[in-house]
Amino acid sequence: MRLSRSAKAILGVVTALVLLFIYLPLLLVVVNSFNSDRTFGWPPKGFTLEWWGRALDSTGVREALLSSVWVAVVSTVISLVLGTLLAIALQRYKFFGRDVISLLVILPIALPGIVTGIALNNMFTTILGVSLSLWTVVIAHATFCMVTVFNNVIARLRRMHGGLEEASADLGAGVFTTFRLVTFPQLRSALLAGGLLAFALSFDEIIVTTFTIGAGDTTLPIWILQNLFRPNQAPVVNVVAVVLIVVSIVPIWLAQRLSAESVGVGAARVKSAAR
Amino acid sequence: MTETRTAGTSTASGSVPAIRLRKLTKVFGDTVAVDGIDLDIRQGEFFSMLGPSGSGKTTVLRLIAGFELPTSGSIELEGRDVTRLAPFQRDVNTVFQDYALFPHMSLVDNVAYGLRVRGVPRAERRERAREALERVQLGKFVGRKPAQLSGGQRQRVALARALVVEPKVLLLDEPLGALDLKLRQQMQVELKELQRSLGITFIFVTHDQEEALTMSDRIGVFNNGSLEQIGTAHEIYERPAGTFVANFVGTSNIFDAAHARQLYGRADPVCVRPERLRLSWSGAPETGVGVTARPGTVTSLVYVGHATQVRVQLDDGPVVVVLEPDSLPGSDVELLGRRVSVSWDDDAVVWLPSDVA
Repeated sequence: MRLSRSAKAILGVVTALVLLFIYLPLLLVVVNSFNSDRTFGWPPKGFTLEWWGRALDSTGVREALLSSVWVAVVSTVISLVLGTLLAIALQRYKFFGRDVISLLVILPIALPGIVTGIALNNMFTTILGVSLSLWTVVIAHATFCMVTVFNNVIARLRRMHGGLEEASADLGAGVFTTFRLVTFPQLRSALLAGGLLAFALSFDEIIVTTFTIGAGDTTLPIWILQNLFRPNQAPVVNVVAVVLIVVSIVPIWLAQRLSAESVGVGAARVKSAAR
Repeated sequence: MTETRTAGTSTASGSVPAIRLRKLTKVFGDTVAVDGIDLDIRQGEFFSMLGPSGSGKTTVLRLIAGFELPTSGSIELEGRDVTRLAPFQRDVNTVFQDYALFPHMSLVDNVAYGLRVRGVPRAERRERAREALERVQLGKFVGRKPAQLSGGQRQRVALARALVVEPKVLLLDEPLGALDLKLRQQMQVELKELQRSLGITFIFVTHDQEEALTMSDRIGVFNNGSLEQIGTAHEIYERPAGTFVANFVGTSNIFDAAHARQLYGRADPVCVRPERLRLSWSGAPETGVGVTARPGTVTSLVYVGHATQVRVQLDDGPVVVVLEPDSLPGSDVELLGRRVSVSWDDDAVVWLPSDVA
């Protein structure tokens, strides 16, 4: 479809405005984390690394960062294992209730976080009688992180030639050897993309976390929430926010590159081999 | 079907058949894909399963490979019951229709795969894979990925990959279907030579009757999940056991029971091959003992290179196709509508059982 010159101009301006509206505030946070003025007036008065130094010195921030990373890594690992198994089961085998299970697996990512949070909180504390900790956060995060892995893997499996697994079995490989030598190499980039998304999703999650975290524990988003309205912490909050932005954006960016590339895995490989 | 039973007893006295199917049946939902097949395939034989798509030939192949489990019946591989074994427990290998090469592995790794999962040491398996690739003229390309090859080359890799593990039986599922005509004819010759030199039993699935006729020691003709006929190419072509085989394998002129009664006084369908018919352009009927001649009108002429297919509407019979190898006594326009006489030797006629189909 060809667009007229004026339509192109209007669409360009609208796109620029929307992107500006999204990213300018983020940029402001980054700038303010280096702003020497405590009241964050515009334009910034001067450049300082004081807030970064303070943030690094703060044991609260350091512990929260470690907790966030730990929670994100563990729930990503759980998601990778369960999401892959689910995708293989639902894509490669036919069984009773397959469609229902398929829907139930995807649902958690669409459910409002507050509902998931309350439900899990209720489950942990009143029914199971487990005390809330970082482990309960991990389990809660895994419920929706699994979906990103599942979606990536099942899309890859659909594109992947089922005959490859038959050929492997035909040549004498059992189920596990076939997975290790044939299926897994085909899934690798899908797993990486799904895993990175899962990590990013878990790392900045706050709603479900609020309901499932133990009393003594803090993740980075929780720390921000707790310190947001303390006036003397405001500059440090900016620093923490920048850390959150970076740690969330990098995996998403990598995941996007990987999924774009993996569409033409064959072609890309050929090119690199030819070089 | 008589052939099946005699084959069963005769091979039992000699060596064990490579593959023995007994009452093999596979049902998918409401459809009976394979309907109680009995078949013995001899050791070292090039056996083709010929039939239209949906006739059950590929399902039989998949049952032998172990990708599907039969609903009932049994499969024996060299006398051993393998009916319930997984594919990786059977000493048969498959060349897939779309080759199914592993895209993330180089050619040598693809071919060495079967040896790798059998625990053959790395150096040895790579050496044997390289030899196998040499054998199919791909020695130069060992380091390439399948995506960098042409269809014919991929086909050869698939062949090398299946043969390197030295299976007792090689299954080929329409392996030449994706190739162009020239390459297909070349591969037909190569496959046949390879089979002869290796002495491995080949089971070749195809819907191309010409391919089956040129390559096979014996052919099994499939229709609706059953075997219509088993025999050598010669037997199948010259003595089709029914109207289905007569029609599916080559072109046949079939006279139905009523016409056959007029000709020979016997109410069974009868079939004559086009190359067995002779034309008298003058219209004068050929005479002689054991020769039948019938008058008719030429309705069309199709030049096919080595001969011309002439269609003749018989006055008291069907339209027959005559393969006329000689040059024609006039242009198409002059010959169309001409009164001719079609004749054939009575011993060229094949009586077909008056089957319902």
